[in-house]
Amino acid sequence: MSLKDASRRRFMKGALTGIPAVTIGSGVSLTASADEPPQQLTDYQPAFFESAEWDFIIAACDRLIPGTGPGPGALETNVPIFIDRQMEGGFGHAADWYMKGPFPDDVPALFGHQIPLTPREMYREGIAAVNDFCQNRHDVAFAALDDAARDQVLTQLQDGEIEMASMRGSYFFDMLLQNTKEGYFADPIHGGNKHMASWKFIGFPGARASYREWVDQHNVEYPLGPVSLNGERG
Amino acid sequence: MARTESPVDVVLVGFGWTSAIMGMELTDAGLNVLALERGEDRDTVPDFAYPKMADELTYGVRYKLMQRPAKSTLTVRHNVGDMAVPYRHLGSFLPGDGVGGAGTHWNGHTWRPQPQELRLKSYVEENFGADIIPDEMTIQDFGVSYDELEPFFDYFEKVAGISGKAGNLNGEIQEGGNPFEGWRSDEYPMPPLARTYNDTLFADVARSEGYHPFPLPAANASVAYTNPYGMQLGPCNFCGFCERYGCLNYSKSSPQTCILGALKRRENFSYRTQSEVLRVELDSDGERAIGVTYIDPEGNEVFQPADLVILGAYSLHNVHLMLVSGIGTPYNPETGDGVVGKNYAYQMNGGSSLYFRDKEFNPFIGAGGNGEVINDFGVEQIDFAQEGFIGGSYINAAMTNGQPIRNMPLRAGAPSWGEGWKQAVQETYGHVMSIGSHGSNMSYRDCYLDLDPNYTDDHGRPLMRMTFDWKANDVRMTQFMKQKIDTLSKALGPDDYRLSFKDFDTRYDVRPYQTTHNVGGAIMGTDPSSSALNRYLQSWDVHNVFVMGASAFPQNLQYNPTGLVGALAYWSAKAIREQYLPNPGPLVQA
Ligand SMILES: Cc1cc2nc3c(=O)[nH]c(=O)nc-3n(C[C@H](O)[C@H](O)[C@H](O)COP(=O)(O)OP(=O)(O)OC[C@H]3O[C@@H](n4cnc5c(N)ncnc54)[C@H](O)[C@@H]3O)c2cc1C
Ligand code: SF4
Repeated sequence: MSLKDASRRRFMKGALTGIPAVTIGSGVSLTASADEPPQQLTDYQPAFFESAEWDFIIAACDRLIPGTGPGPGALETNVPIFIDRQMEGGFGHAADWYMKGPFPDDVPALFGHQIPLTPREMYREGIAAVNDFCQNRHDVAFAALDDAARDQVLTQLQDGEIEMASMRGSYFFDMLLQNTKEGYFADPIHGGNKHMASWKFIGFPGARASYREWVDQHNVEYPLGPVSLNGERG
Repeated sequence: MARTESPVDVVLVGFGWTSAIMGMELTDAGLNVLALERGEDRDTVPDFAYPKMADELTYGVRYKLMQRPAKSTLTVRHNVGDMAVPYRHLGSFLPGDGVGGAGTHWNGHTWRPQPQELRLKSYVEENFGADIIPDEMTIQDFGVSYDELEPFFDYFEKVAGISGKAGNLNGEIQEGGNPFEGWRSDEYPMPPLARTYNDTLFADVARSEGYHPFPLPAANASVAYTNPYGMQLGPCNFCGFCERYGCLNYSKSSPQTCILGALKRRENFSYRTQSEVLRVELDSDGERAIGVTYIDPEGNEVFQPADLVILGAYSLHNVHLMLVSGIGTPYNPETGDGVVGKNYAYQMNGGSSLYFRDKEFNPFIGAGGNGEVINDFGVEQIDFAQEGFIGGSYINAAMTNGQPIRNMPLRAGAPSWGEGWKQAVQETYGHVMSIGSHGSNMSYRDCYLDLDPNYTDDHGRPLMRMTFDWKANDVRMTQFMKQKIDTLSKALGPDDYRLSFKDFDTRYDVRPYQTTHNVGGAIMGTDPSSSALNRYLQSWDVHNVFVMGASAFPQNLQYNPTGLVGALAYWSAKAIREQYLPNPGPLVQA
């Protein structure tokens, strides 16, 4: 981890506890340009999540895809903004899903979504349940735990050890993890993957979508950086 | 009170591949043809234009081009006695919605069945004896032969513009093609696509193991091409956004690129979108259809009179429409009586994911139909009596896309989150290729479709109910393929590989995508007591209703269905033009 990364990350964590925003080094390559610069996570006012929920989302994303190790983390790539925006769109409202009852109890997981909750409702109930669990066990909300304790709680959530009124805790975890990875890897137009940082990290050229000359150049690394849907070049 | 529209000769329900084909053929015959499509109008421009298509979240993950379960879905259960629950969001299969249907966002693996697959029951009985067929297995013959269909396979391949290499030209085996395929009267209309790295690695190893690799027949243009309708395809640029997306490059075969431009110019053709057909209306004795009732874009019920009703709504919807309209007798799994809903089947697949530290695959350079195949373990190549199962697979190494949300195969034991996950992602992305088996699925007495007693759609119609699970015969088949793929994987010399195959305790899971190859439910055959349609896809019970699509398959092929679906549509159209129109009535006497 570079020094710059470390200080950025410290700053992000600071933001949770109310240190005012100054500026975050973007670490963007000079070729980047976009019509609209992405928002700063610290300036962002969540549309769906309430303050305590937002603290949870930021803290959980930071552990699911941390800023340490190779590649960018979920916070520097604006994954929480992505999730908030998803909650406001058709996905959050389960607009495309068949949501009529009856909803029988204890349907095996391999039949997919079988509860009356939309993703918005799942996040609302799931976050409250995890925070209650942390309050009971650790006397503080999830966001106030240290990294090791957060990881432990997330593992308990993943393993189905945190009870929830209307769903399996592990089901909520699966959705949270899935949405976090979506925000990390989706085109920046959806609010996350700031400056296509995750694509640069793995070597995915984004929306280039044109490789005719490259098909039979075997075992050669593709040389160009990514482009995004709104014309950002990396 | 429903509004009544002015009558047409033919109403096509749905506007995907099969209706597009029927539209051409029946307007050619001088008929006045109307297509009713429940979804939106769609065309290459503006709907599939660059860069909008290159959006994995919107199209690949949130399924923008597909059916919305809120509006249309079914229920699923494993066993006859269970309560079925709705398929509430998409996963296992992704039916299309909108002009072009699933034909806009398919992958484009375009196959013909092996000849014996069309007469599977007879083939098994003749070669291995009837007693190897398990009691609960209900396989049948299609009632039409490969030789009869050959001209129609050929024509569909020319219309769709398929890139490939023939392996059997009029009985002569061709170097570089599939030596196990049925005979062809002609080469593919285009040469194979350029080969990606994984294709060549797989081909070399397969050859050294004594197998017969060949390029997967692809509905992606390899060169500039003009089809028999004058529609032009340009060469595919391996954009890596093929399956689940519309083609941004006029390169993937679809109703739009291959047919609709020509069809829409015809004065005796018209179509209406956002027009969902609720049911086929029958005359008072239930022997003739008099038209269809649909919901117009304003939400009004409309009666559309027609002399001929052609269901091209995709296999599952065709069966649903038959069930809610009272066309044919619903199948009863207890007694085995009835035919509509009978023999629902799916596809039995497995695969291996191979990690090579030092190889760059550039997985984002991919096309839907890109891949290298062996068919050495096809249905016709296996001794069923010796191996203890009925069925077969093709085995392929395909590279279709490297979209990172969905296509992030990690090594066994890699963490699913945290710093370790990031490390695993960095280590593996771009260094993985796969080998898959794509196999047949037999039909069974208790795998079927009927109407659900508990759930309804917005129009108050019962949802259709799917009763389906994996059976031992097909698991034995896929376990056989697992051994073959294990050997091939080892021979490729990866640093690491992972096998994923169904086992005897695997239950059908609706969550992960498998295939949109749902077959059966309105099966074709030679006898009205065991099939819903005759050999021309005509309903045995209501002679002016013809039912297109893979719903006609009595069990599933080892292959993807659309090559046969397209050929059957042309075969049926010819029978309508030459036999039915001069003399409307049953084309086969029961
Ligand atoms: C992701 C994906 C990948 C695939 N890959 C392959 C492949 O590689 N190879 C292969 O062979 N096949 C593949 N398929 C399957 C292939 O797309 C289908 O076999 C083919 O499109 C079927 O043609 P059809 O005309 O029967 O139905 P479709 O092309 O699906 O068209 C049916 C149309 O009917 C409309 N409709 C449905 N109900 C109604 C109603 N009540 N009223 C009005 N309209 C209605 C639908 O909206 C749709 O537009 C794939 C499918 C998908 C989804
Ligand atoms: S891979 Fe080729 S055929 Fe498929 S969408 Fe891209 S350009 Fe079109």
